[in-house]
Amino acid sequence: MTESHDASPGASVSSSTTSLDASSAESSVAPQQVAEPLVVLTDVDKYFGQLHVLQNINLTIGKGEVVVVIGPSGSGKSTLCRAINRLETIQSGSITIDGKEMPEEGKGLAKLRADVGMVFQSFNLFAHKTILENVTLGPVKVRKKSPAEARRRGLELLTRVGIEAQADKYPAQLSGGQQQRVAIARALAMDPKVILFDEPTSALDPEMVNEVLDVMVDLARQGMTMVVVTHEMGFARKAANRVVFMADGQITEEADPETFFTAPKTARAKDFLSKILTH
Amino acid sequence: MDALRTLLSEYDVLAAFWMTIKLAVLSAIGSLIIGTVVAVCRVSPVAVLQWFGLTYVTLVRNTPLTLIVFFCAFGMSNTLGLTLAPTIIENNFRWGVVALSIYHASFVAEALRSGINTVPQGQAEAARALGLAFMPTLSTIILPQAFRGAIAPLGNTLIALTKNTTVVATIGVAEAAYVMRSMLEFNISLLYAIFIIMAAGFVILTLPVGIFFTYLSRKLTVQR
Repeated sequence: MTESHDASPGASVSSSTTSLDASSAESSVAPQQVAEPLVVLTDVDKYFGQLHVLQNINLTIGKGEVVVVIGPSGSGKSTLCRAINRLETIQSGSITIDGKEMPEEGKGLAKLRADVGMVFQSFNLFAHKTILENVTLGPVKVRKKSPAEARRRGLELLTRVGIEAQADKYPAQLSGGQQQRVAIARALAMDPKVILFDEPTSALDPEMVNEVLDVMVDLARQGMTMVVVTHEMGFARKAANRVVFMADGQITEEADPETFFTAPKTARAKDFLSKILTH
Repeated sequence: MDALRTLLSEYDVLAAFWMTIKLAVLSAIGSLIIGTVVAVCRVSPVAVLQWFGLTYVTLVRNTPLTLIVFFCAFGMSNTLGLTLAPTIIENNFRWGVVALSIYHASFVAEALRSGINTVPQGQAEAARALGLAFMPTLSTIILPQAFRGAIAPLGNTLIALTKNTTVVATIGVAEAAYVMRSMLEFNISLLYAIFIIMAAGFVILTLPVGIFFTYLSRKLTVQR
């Protein structure tokens, strides 16, 4: 992970613009093949019964890239996010993480999941464990780190997300925003190659959204590879390298944020944006 | 009054209740272990194990305890010759514990399964997303929360178990009900006094259990 304050150089998708530079946005450049692919989805199909929720999805996410997935509800964007670490099974196609295909079940799957952080809409902190225990559980149980080392690193991460003072409390004693920041620290504690965010701010009170987004923007700037399902357009503009628009189980449009928000190509995207941006 | 005093000196009521306590504690441990295994089977992703769990609960829960106790004592021990101890008394005691454990395990399993159902799906998903496999997820995340959610029904089961120990009187284990029957046999004039002593004895045993479990369920509730 680079510590540069800009998006790391190898990560920028389009040659014309980085996410933080809005000025050159008008030059609409189609997303290019990234130099070092980390997450690769090839011809992914998934059905819920009769419903074809993911239709022939092809998506490549490069190291250090921040990809925001947006789309109307029911478009399959959460399912896509959860399919990447196999919380949802897929019927056909392949998903590889750093060149390794997700195994069906068992030890291999657990091992690969350890490299893929996940932040949920409903936080899902372990309710019977303290904040610090939540952050150290993975490193101790999965990475086999010593409790002392996990604790030191855990406190460091809690400091980074600004919750070190709450380390000995239980999740229910924290606000939603604080819980979500702990969830991010918990994911980071595993030193993941990529972190998936499944609508991380959708369950939060409005005044707590920014404290979580700030942490995510910091992460993005430090070069973490992120897949973010969100409706936060501000975050997309500020931190994303690429926006992926999904509708009815298909990826219908991919572009850098400025291009997407100012000049969407498909009617479906225009319609969606007109509904959410007018407020 | 004198008659009652002589009677109590003739029969060791305290020893009888001590036997009841031993039966209850050992069977509680046994049923907790078997019940946990059965509950885990019921929620496991393996079809054969699910089938085993369901069959165990359905079969055992709907069989009278007396039948299970008799089957253990006469079917397993007398007829098949499977003895658990050299002396008849100790052997019957141990088979009594086995029968009580098997029977109450089905109730423990159901209590625990309802406890597992109170744990939100997201807890398991978060654990799996960290890279924990099925068993570690179960033992470190799901079961600790499930037990807390199941404390009240588990307490009920323990109280029922304590009272159900009286059934093993039928195979000659000298617990409270067994001693009561012997006492009554030649002292029918003291019928009510003996009943009251025995009833009081069971209340003394089970009332604190109920209070303790209510306290525990409040204290250990998982805040969400």
